[in-house]
Amino acid sequence: MTSRFEALAAARKAEGHGVFVPFLVIGDPDPDTSLRLARGLVQAGADALELGLPFSDPPADGPVVQAADQRSLAAGTTTTSALAWIGRLRETVDVPISLLVYFNLVLQHGVEAFYARCGEVGVDAVLVADLPPEHSDEVLAAARAHGVSTIYLASELSTPARLERIAAVCEGYVYALARVGVTGQHSEVVPSLGPALERMRAAIDLPLLVGFGISTPANVRSALEAGADGVIVGSALVRHIEHHLGDPDAMEAAMVHHARELHAATRRTP
Amino acid sequence: MIGDGRFGRFGGFYVAEPLLPALEELEAAWLDAREDPAFRAELDGLLHDYAGRPTPLYRSPALSGAIGCHVYLKREDLLHGGAHKTNNTLGQGLLAKRMGRTRLIAETGAGQHGVATAMIGALLGLDVKVFMGATDVARQAPNVARMRLFGAEVVPVSDGSASLKDAINEALRYWTEHVRDTFYVFGTAAGPHPYPALVKDFQRVIGEEIAEQLERAHGRGPDVVVACVGGGSNAIGAFARFLGEPDVRLIGVEPGGHGLDSGAHGATLGAGRPGCVHGSLSYLLQDDVGQVREAHSISAGLDYPGVGPEHAHLLESGRATYISATDDEALDAFAWLCREEGILPALESSHAIAGALKLAGELDPDSILVINLSGRGDKDLAHAMAALEAR
Ligand SMILES: Cc1ncc(COP(=O)(O)O)c(C=O)c1O
Repeated sequence: MTSRFEALAAARKAEGHGVFVPFLVIGDPDPDTSLRLARGLVQAGADALELGLPFSDPPADGPVVQAADQRSLAAGTTTTSALAWIGRLRETVDVPISLLVYFNLVLQHGVEAFYARCGEVGVDAVLVADLPPEHSDEVLAAARAHGVSTIYLASELSTPARLERIAAVCEGYVYALARVGVTGQHSEVVPSLGPALERMRAAIDLPLLVGFGISTPANVRSALEAGADGVIVGSALVRHIEHHLGDPDAMEAAMVHHARELHAATRRTP
Repeated sequence: MIGDGRFGRFGGFYVAEPLLPALEELEAAWLDAREDPAFRAELDGLLHDYAGRPTPLYRSPALSGAIGCHVYLKREDLLHGGAHKTNNTLGQGLLAKRMGRTRLIAETGAGQHGVATAMIGALLGLDVKVFMGATDVARQAPNVARMRLFGAEVVPVSDGSASLKDAINEALRYWTEHVRDTFYVFGTAAGPHPYPALVKDFQRVIGEEIAEQLERAHGRGPDVVVACVGGGSNAIGAFARFLGEPDVRLIGVEPGGHGLDSGAHGATLGAGRPGCVHGSLSYLLQDDVGQVREAHSISAGLDYPGVGPEHAHLLESGRATYISATDDEALDAFAWLCREEGILPALESSHAIAGALKLAGELDPDSILVINLSGRGDKDLAHAMAALEAR
């Protein structure tokens, strides 16, 4: 069965569009505001959502997402409450959802229980940032048993042997790094992205969604021109939360406005 | 990756994809260097001429009297740099050069590993950047000054508890951003494979010398080896030689802080449970859902909520025992050794002394007990004096 992410990417491709996936940390700055923001992003045109579970020690994340994790943890988010939150989001939102987590949260919840709950609340895919294919057996078995796709990262440094390993286990889409580094905002898409995407495409038969550093409509267009099937935008959107803390109306307005611009950049120019 | 980095069910390489090619390259370079007599000769030469190995094994009359058997101190405090850390940074520094890297980065708690990395950077002509929790920058001022004098840049980290775990997070981020030209000199026998095995390889000289030196003095090896455990590098270095000799008791001493019941401690093996952080599966201080807890110790070098994966395995297999010493017990041992022997131990190493003192009266008088005196306490003077005066 094709995953919802693959079906989505195929549909957008047929229309000549790129897939637009905004990212938020669940519970940032608090559960209700974050629910409102997620719905706002879907109304702004999000084709899918990527949602982070906050972790105390996220070494793959830059300062903006770290701060978001801290705000969410301070607001009391736990793995259990975050998964219940997705259940609430699902009452009004149907787009595919992928989760970004660190392995310790899955481990402490119990691998089987975690994926069972993901399946129940309607999570389509999970990316465990610090879990390489080599250590994935238990996670893959649990994810498959509950109809959840397992996403992996690939970067321009991934060797042919590593890309082959990733191809053997990855489902749904590949999270292709726009640049080698941690999450954050950057002014330009690196010129080496095109050849890197070509190598990934040759090794892995899945949609390539590019993230890490995509901030502006110009970045979005560069990534799509470089061969991406879509883009994931995190820090650049999450930043609006930090800027408008205490004013959810302004926060949502700024984020939605930015999301609309990014979304427009993923659409085919008539 | 050639190895799976497992110690029993612990270890592994739990890092995001952009770091994996670098870890694979590091593993290959290390496996290759191990087999290269020229690499070994260069390292041995520097350990001897530059760092001052072998370090003495000193029979302490005061400790022998207090514990009631032959008690020796393995004097890693006399190693150049003032702690065992130099064994590891010399090894990794030479490896970095062999791999053509031009910049070294390191995390540091007490500043000893930062100093040892800065030293090696100066020696080998490599740029050094050291990430250090802002709290530790304040409580380890002499080491910060030493790193700067050796030409290293010290980057204070204010996230989270602003101590060692946060410095590691920041070093990992920096490494991810600059992985093409940067070598991460990991300071302890933890982190993703191959670091736990590689650091053990460079620290095992401690136990090997203990075995030789005792053979000369007593015609036999130790009955008990005691070492403090932060991430676990000095302990695994002291233990490695004896892991295959089941009659040798191996005892790790963790920081008990204000006591294990207080929650303010760094006794990862004594009070934590299995978890995954900083690249390996091991024991971890964490809350119910898996968020990492802040550790506490009077000693910056032990103030860490994780621990090397091999120690988790040695705990579960029963091959080693792990106890703890509180801040107060460590401070008592610190002052006591100064007065009785004229030796100023690091606060980290003072935990090993305090732990060994708990064995008083328990051992046969002919027994040989070795305490790894992992470092000297000059760096701790201001902090320890303030704590002693506050009593
Ligand atoms: C003197 C000394 N001993 C022990 C430690 C703890 O580290 P490990 O457990 O890796 O030996 C440190 C760390 O900074 C140290 O400086």
